[in-house]
Amino acid sequence: MAHAHLAGIDYAIMAVYFAFVLGIGVVLRRSVHTGTDFFLAGRAVPAWIAGLAFLSANLGAQEVIGMGASGAKYGVATSHFYWVGAIPAMVFVGLFMMPFYYGSRARSVPEYLKLRFDEKTRGLNAISFAVMTVFSSGISLYAMGKLFNLLLGWNFTTAVLLSAAIVLTYTFLGGLTSSIYNEVLQFFLIVFGFAPLVILGLNAVGGWSGLQARLATISTAQGFAPGAYTQAWRHMDAAAHNPVGVEWFGLVMGLGFVLSFGYWCTDFLVVQRAMAADSMTAARRTPLVAAFPKMLFPFLVILPGMIALAVAGSGVLGLVPAKMDALGHAMMTAQGAPVPDYDLATPMMLIHFFPAGMLGLGLTALLASFMSGMAGNVTAFNTVWTYDLYQSYIRRDAPDAHYVAMGRAATVIGVLLSIAAAYAASRFNNIMDMLQLVFAFVNAPLFATFALGMFWRRTTGHGAFVGLVSGTLAAALHHGLTLPAGAVPGIKGGFFGVLTTYPSELAQTFWTAIFAWTTCFVVTILVSLATRPRDAGELKGLVWSLTERPKDAELPWFKRPLTLALVVLALTLTLNLIFA
Amino acid sequence: MGLDLRFPIGALFLIIGLLLAGYGWTTPGVGIDRWWGLVMALFGALMLTLSRRGRRSGV
Repeated sequence: MAHAHLAGIDYAIMAVYFAFVLGIGVVLRRSVHTGTDFFLAGRAVPAWIAGLAFLSANLGAQEVIGMGASGAKYGVATSHFYWVGAIPAMVFVGLFMMPFYYGSRARSVPEYLKLRFDEKTRGLNAISFAVMTVFSSGISLYAMGKLFNLLLGWNFTTAVLLSAAIVLTYTFLGGLTSSIYNEVLQFFLIVFGFAPLVILGLNAVGGWSGLQARLATISTAQGFAPGAYTQAWRHMDAAAHNPVGVEWFGLVMGLGFVLSFGYWCTDFLVVQRAMAADSMTAARRTPLVAAFPKMLFPFLVILPGMIALAVAGSGVLGLVPAKMDALGHAMMTAQGAPVPDYDLATPMMLIHFFPAGMLGLGLTALLASFMSGMAGNVTAFNTVWTYDLYQSYIRRDAPDAHYVAMGRAATVIGVLLSIAAAYAASRFNNIMDMLQLVFAFVNAPLFATFALGMFWRRTTGHGAFVGLVSGTLAAALHHGLTLPAGAVPGIKGGFFGVLTTYPSELAQTFWTAIFAWTTCFVVTILVSLATRPRDAGELKGLVWSLTERPKDAELPWFKRPLTLALVVLALTLTLNLIFA
Repeated sequence: MGLDLRFPIGALFLIIGLLLAGYGWTTPGVGIDRWWGLVMALFGALMLTLSRRGRRSGV
């Protein structure tokens, strides 16, 4: 693939952005004095900023690139990751879980587990979370270096070290506030960088109806109904009828319930943004504020991937080029057809449609999402390391300033480990795939633990711990006994023998999650019933039935979390119906 | 919190917008830079105005 050429204006735009990112860190340095300032942004962030950061912390480049790739692979059904797989969980965490996270004054999600259950449940969650954030930040860094090397011919090491240095500088100086502020900048850059891409792209393919017509050809060529790429629900009756390879039940339960609630309601990376809000109502509004732009993001990040298929180009499928192996040869399927590299759908769209100047803006938006995704991981890592691991197991009663210094040190170490992980990813791709698989096993049962902990006061620490471990084992067992169609036993599953074959990898993932969640739910209940519960007095503010309901009556109606939630849900339902 | 975020957002988008628009006006064949640069500059100016107002009323 020939490298795209950047003009002076493109570099100028990137340079201006870098200057601002660093400048924000330098200015914020002056207002960071205490641990609360560094790790919790002083609990002083207004709802709109916390909300946009809540959204952007998840909108790393893997999301931007990955959703474009899925758009090209699965079509408009990818929007289920937003309208089914995000919005309902975001509404739930805002309305029902934030009262505990924010109200308990816990400084992290693992710390809530310590308050509600016990030390071992916190330890399990904190360690797996800390390892996971470092690796995902490393994978993000690796993806960035690889992409910019491929597109622009940049040196991998230079790209990785430069962006790691910038992220390190601003998170080191300004802590969580710096990370949150840059996430909001990134949000606006993605909007302004990708909106014109969608406009130009839709224009080129004759609007939505033109896109439908072109994708109908691709759809029928693969043996699906003409609308399978442009209708999100109509072909979900059976897994064989849609390109996702999932039927509606697996989709709604696996993605919409288990995976989505597990991520949005328990992942400290996103929850930390709401915990930094300046009041209880602001914390509860944070995920709801985020839900409004979130429901429109499919148009910004999924549509480019779909358009890439429909534009006549030099790729194997529209603009999507063939996947290259390490030696630069196109990879072929068993039938001898080139394998499309869907991850390049969105980047190729940028190069195809944007002239100099706009290209700089689009690439800056991509860089911004790589860097803020990494910064989000690093700030979540330094908090969990300092408060949940260092303070609880290594040094308990040090002065506040000691923990701030430890947080800064953890920031440096987190970034260095990310760089190491990025290089490990570039050498041993399989190790990364395996790690991500293990994390998926660890994460799948989490929501059962939190839901029981928050809404059933009889749940005990032993129950939570044993439930989590057995949920993770159930996930591994299910994955080891099943296989997606066309895969060979190994990392894709089937390492204990193959009991069932799923039509697609996603279907297998969704069902792994369903099994893990159910196991954790049942085991937690059984073990809880067999062990001694804690006194009601100790659980005040940690469990629904023992916590005072937040009062919203004095707020104007449009600021009440419940009103916002109803509006969000009504709009999401409408979007689902329009694109059904 | 030491820094009103609307100020850096406003300044960043004003500067990038003006850079883009200026480039669009002086270079043939990049028409979209011209009007999209203006849209971004306008958004930046709006954010700057909001941040000025906020500072005056102490919000």
